[in-house]
Amino acid sequence: MKHWLWLAAFVAACALVPLFGNNYALRLATIMCLYAGLALSWNFIGGMAGYPSFATAAFFGLGAYVSAVLQAKGVPFVAAWAAAGFAATIFAALIGMAILHLKGHYFAIASLAVVEVLREVVNTAEGLTGGGMGINIPLQGMSADVQARLFFFVMLTMTVVLLAATIIVSTSKLGFGLRCISQNEDAADILGINTTFYKVAAFSLSAFGVAIIGAIYASWVQYIEPPDVFDILYSVKPLVMVLLGGLGTIFGPVIGAVLYLALEELVWRNFLTVHAAVLGALIVALVLFLPNGVGAMFRQWRKRPAVQS
Amino acid sequence: MSTSAAKLHAQNLQAAYGDVQVLWDVSLTVNRGEMVCIVGSNGAGKSTFLRCASGLLGITGGQLLVDGEDMAGALPDAFLRRKIAHVPEGRRLFRAMSVRDNLLMGAYLRHDKAQIRQDLEHVYEIFPILAERRDQYGGTLSGGEQQMCAIGRGIMSRPELLMIDELSLGLAPRAVELLIIALQTIRKSGTAILLIEQDVMTALELTERAYVLDRGRVVKAGVSAVMADDPAIRDAYMGQL
Repeated sequence: MKHWLWLAAFVAACALVPLFGNNYALRLATIMCLYAGLALSWNFIGGMAGYPSFATAAFFGLGAYVSAVLQAKGVPFVAAWAAAGFAATIFAALIGMAILHLKGHYFAIASLAVVEVLREVVNTAEGLTGGGMGINIPLQGMSADVQARLFFFVMLTMTVVLLAATIIVSTSKLGFGLRCISQNEDAADILGINTTFYKVAAFSLSAFGVAIIGAIYASWVQYIEPPDVFDILYSVKPLVMVLLGGLGTIFGPVIGAVLYLALEELVWRNFLTVHAAVLGALIVALVLFLPNGVGAMFRQWRKRPAVQS
Repeated sequence: MSTSAAKLHAQNLQAAYGDVQVLWDVSLTVNRGEMVCIVGSNGAGKSTFLRCASGLLGITGGQLLVDGEDMAGALPDAFLRRKIAHVPEGRRLFRAMSVRDNLLMGAYLRHDKAQIRQDLEHVYEIFPILAERRDQYGGTLSGGEQQMCAIGRGIMSRPELLMIDELSLGLAPRAVELLIIALQTIRKSGTAILLIEQDVMTALELTERAYVLDRGRVVKAGVSAVMADDPAIRDAYMGQL
């Protein structure tokens, strides 16, 4: 119940942005929702199941391209977004069955390869995707102002849906099974948890969220090309956000996304040429000093008096 | 049929990890309510046999029957539903889960809530220390307590056959004593036990029948008490006494 109240508070806070903020704030809020959505999606497989997936960029690009190609063929945008989500879900289920038996680094490398393969496929399939020329997704009959607001609310809706899904999953048998898998997969197997099914379910759910966000992103920016949407940073950023906020927690990914965006805006601007190095340093610092995220730090801090008494 | 009393029956079972065959023509039976041990040196295939008998590893040849039914291609949950529980080597608890939740995980496939609560109390009776530590994380227990928790988790599935891999490995003698008393209690309630134990003397004392596994083959099978007096066994597995 408490989770749902926090969810409502989050929605209320976000919904105020278009009322009071300027266009810069609106754009920032849209990116924040995009980041939060990616982080929440990654959290299903990376946080709850403990499988460090780097395939996020693959699903993001796949979603963007499926939706873009469908819209170029005249499919209305909402239907194209949904189709992108389902295509990625099926794709993730198939890939998942092939690579989810790998563990740790091996799984990470295999999932990373999925991004590269998809990028190359999209690059070569020029007839369908435009190849390296990219693809235009014009959205007609709307002023720039209306579009900005529309995409903010669409992105916000997607984040809320994923947050609701996270709350539901984490209290369900699926979430319980995933946490068991992340703690000790052998034991989970022995106790009759269908680990293969649960892992594939988490991977597919993750792909579903990421792909729809990718599809919305494509419509929002109206032009995509392979290096843009298959950018490996789409795999790395959600991972850093979730580590920042708290692995496998419910609101951790959202908190992490907000913090990450703040860092990106405030710090990186001043270190434009070395921002990749800052990202690397951030990951190292996180793993060393805050392995359970800032959420855990606050929880510990709040608990401390109780422990002393 | 002679197999009707058998809870678990392997006939000429073969098993392999990839291209490497580990078990060759293993024939082994555990009857209902019986206590049986498998002894043998490292790498003899004891744990591999348990992995086959709980569905973690598929067999590549021969037959595996549970209650007289062929289990070819069955997954771990099918074995659990047929009342076989596996306590793996190294205990494998959920480290960041309370003792109570670890135990309840053993009942993952069950839905009879009232009965599960009763069985949890039963586990606490067998292992009183677990009741004391019920809210502690599994990872904070001592080795002996972890083994108790792992066995308790096994019992929570209400097994008719409990398979324990390396009961005493790395544990203090006092802890082993407590575990053995507990096994005898479990046994009295009618649960069959298949034990893998590197302390051959203890294993033979505790059980009725024994199988000796060597390089993936059953090289000897018989009554435990007789085997304990077998000079060849004493020489090979107990050192000079």
